[in-house]
Amino acid sequence: MTNLFNYIDRPSPIHRLTGATKLVCVLLWSFAAMLTYDTRLLGLLVVLSLALFRLSQIRLADVRFMLGFTAVFMLLNNLLVFLFAPQHGVSLYGTKHLLFSLGGGYDLTREQLFYHLNLFLKYLASIPVVLLFVCTTNPSEFAASLNRIGVKYTIAYAVALALRYIPDIQREYHEISQAQQARGIEMSRKESLGKRLRSASAILIPLILSSMDRIEVISNAMELRCFGKNKKRSWYMARPFTGWDYAAMAGSLALLLAALLLNFLNGSRFWNPFV
Amino acid sequence: MDEAILQFEHFGFQYNAQSEPTLYDINLSVRRGERVLIAGPSGCGKSTLAHCINGLIPFSYRGEMSGSLRIAGRETREESIFEISRHVGTVLQDPDGQFIGLTVAEDVAFALENDCVQEPALHERVARAASLVGLEEHLSHAPNELSGGQRQRVSLAGVLVNKLDVLLFDEPLANLDPAAGKAAIELIEQLQAETGAAVILIEHRLEDVLHRDVDRIVLMGGGRILADAAPDELLSGSWLRENGIREPLYLTALRYAGVEIRPEMAPRSIRTLRLGEEEKARVRDWFAAAPPPPARQPRPVLLEAKALRFSYAGRQEALKGVSVRAGQGELLAIVGRNGAGKSTFSKLVCGFETQQSGSILFHGKDMAALSIKERADRIGYVMQNPNQMISKVMIFDEVALGLRTRGVREEEVRRRVEETLKICGLWPFRNWPVSALSFGQKKRVTIASILVLEPEMILLDEPTAGQDYRHYTEIMEFLVALQRRGVTVAMITHDMHLMLEYAERAVVFSRGRVIADADCAEVLTDPEIIEQASLKETSLYALAQLCGVADGRAFVRRFIDYERREQRP
Repeated sequence: MTNLFNYIDRPSPIHRLTGATKLVCVLLWSFAAMLTYDTRLLGLLVVLSLALFRLSQIRLADVRFMLGFTAVFMLLNNLLVFLFAPQHGVSLYGTKHLLFSLGGGYDLTREQLFYHLNLFLKYLASIPVVLLFVCTTNPSEFAASLNRIGVKYTIAYAVALALRYIPDIQREYHEISQAQQARGIEMSRKESLGKRLRSASAILIPLILSSMDRIEVISNAMELRCFGKNKKRSWYMARPFTGWDYAAMAGSLALLLAALLLNFLNGSRFWNPFV
Repeated sequence: MDEAILQFEHFGFQYNAQSEPTLYDINLSVRRGERVLIAGPSGCGKSTLAHCINGLIPFSYRGEMSGSLRIAGRETREESIFEISRHVGTVLQDPDGQFIGLTVAEDVAFALENDCVQEPALHERVARAASLVGLEEHLSHAPNELSGGQRQRVSLAGVLVNKLDVLLFDEPLANLDPAAGKAAIELIEQLQAETGAAVILIEHRLEDVLHRDVDRIVLMGGGRILADAAPDELLSGSWLRENGIREPLYLTALRYAGVEIRPEMAPRSIRTLRLGEEEKARVRDWFAAAPPPPARQPRPVLLEAKALRFSYAGRQEALKGVSVRAGQGELLAIVGRNGAGKSTFSKLVCGFETQQSGSILFHGKDMAALSIKERADRIGYVMQNPNQMISKVMIFDEVALGLRTRGVREEEVRRRVEETLKICGLWPFRNWPVSALSFGQKKRVTIASILVLEPEMILLDEPTAGQDYRHYTEIMEFLVALQRRGVTVAMITHDMHLMLEYAERAVVFSRGRVIADADCAEVLTDPEIIEQASLKETSLYALAQLCGVADGRAFVRRFIDYERREQRP
């Protein structure tokens, strides 16, 4: 079944970190990568993230689909930046080293290329870490982790329930759509948009109604087993922090601090090699 | 111990949204360690009674209570649902819907987590509860890796983590196949003995519950308690038949044979039943008086599936060469345990999936080139849950949907919908919103919405699931009426009564193959098929043995023929 989380169970130090640690780390890490355009720090982040990926024993083949997806997105992002702001690099770095002109105002400059290199590195620095989080965090541990970093447990549990029911609802959608197609509801592109929207309601309304039934059953079941009785709850899947957890969080925090420090030293988010 | 753990006194309840009370003057007391079965037709108030016991009333469903209900000596309305749940553990009807955690262990742990139980007690208590129900090997399994019976045991373990006074089961057999249901009843008895809790079972499948002894049966009807007696007493009178509950089949057979049922015969179970020589002779005479079985005319073949093979992407083969024939105007049951390939087979027939090899012929013509929509003009498919099919507010529009999408002219639509509504007994409701109908009526709306397309065959998934005896009979009589009009009816079902009483033939699936294709008497008396298809031997067979009828299978056949001839002319 497809799921939001693509948990792959392998024995690795990354897997042994608690879910809460990984959640904190991935947040700090992506903040750092988002914040800085300093190529030196980005380079370090890229090297580290690739090393972590290696360490986790997750193979490229496991995440091929998601990698392909982000690669397309990254290329599109770069292309659009170049199309709409070909001189963005020049205005950022304040110099203009022309390589050659493509005509129509599209001058290719070293500044622009350097800016694109930074964009590329940002992707490379953050995507592997996010993928690691998704692939090495047991979905069961996710709600406990959210609760641990301060999210109310009722909300954290709602997230866990959504994870529990996504596959069920997908399957139900599929079944309803087949039965409705048999009654002549056409969902293919052959129909006009208006007709397709009306057809979609023939699937969505039963789906919503049967989900409402489901919600009634599950909320009764939860209440009968004392959900919401106390301000806190314990978690079966929660694990105690170890030294490694603290070390990982400290390391991630250090990276974020480094990004902030460089921000301050450079006087902006950009490191400028052109002056 | 003689102390009443649960005590209703002149208790009544009316939902806020309703104009009439649902429960009137209930007087009932249950002692520690007692086993009580509460039976009654749909709408008799038994689910409401269950909600009162576990505290969902008045804490989730609002309404007006009168009289008194005390659990462990305390008036429930002065407690909270959390307090009540320390005494009463509830296992709900739908084993899938109440599975909260992502894995077995988390689900079992749920109540403990909410009570802030810390490690290591948390893991220990989960492990203990799981081993009570025999799931210690499955702690890390996800719900979709478990069978229906296993999922129910998970919810049972989920309440057994606490020490309880009352175990309440709301229709525990509704979603289980016969073999799993039998195992569930055995497990409940065993747990009751181990924990000493009172067990309250709410169920209308009497014969299946009585597989193990209960102390009392409480019969409900119209919001009142009609009878509260020992099983032997209750089964002797005509209480059950008069109140829309199906009596055990062996008792029906005894009645047909003209044997009067008395409490001394211990009729509560086929295991305990004692018959005198004279009574046995009566049964034998009834059997011997059988007229020759009705001659079966061979029916022309309508649908023929040949050597179907199919596997879902990247998984084990779901069908390994399945061949099935359905004759014109036949009523056919497709049985087998979950995952045996029944649903996959119906998906191939409807064109939702395409077989990797083999072919499906309809009137001798290969259907491979037909689209889902085109197949639906020939073979209609009715899903188990009517809520999964209904998308219109008004009944008329719902039934008309298939015709309108096919571009039929509006006056033609009107004519055909009205005709179908009449056939389906829905004519009085034609201007009603669908939401005003009962579950059984909704089911009929979905059948009507398929029938209006005038298919030659309909395929139904568990047509009687969740229905009490009266609605069950209504739906089945309706399907028989359709069959008599020449429609071929194929039903996927776990219900053995349905097979026995209505199906002419059963096709048994097991592990992607058809292991039997025979009349139902043969299927339900063959131990090997029963085992592989998760069925249960019919009590008629045991009755035949008890009365000294050598050919048990012929006895079952005699019963089926008698029912069809005499009871349903």
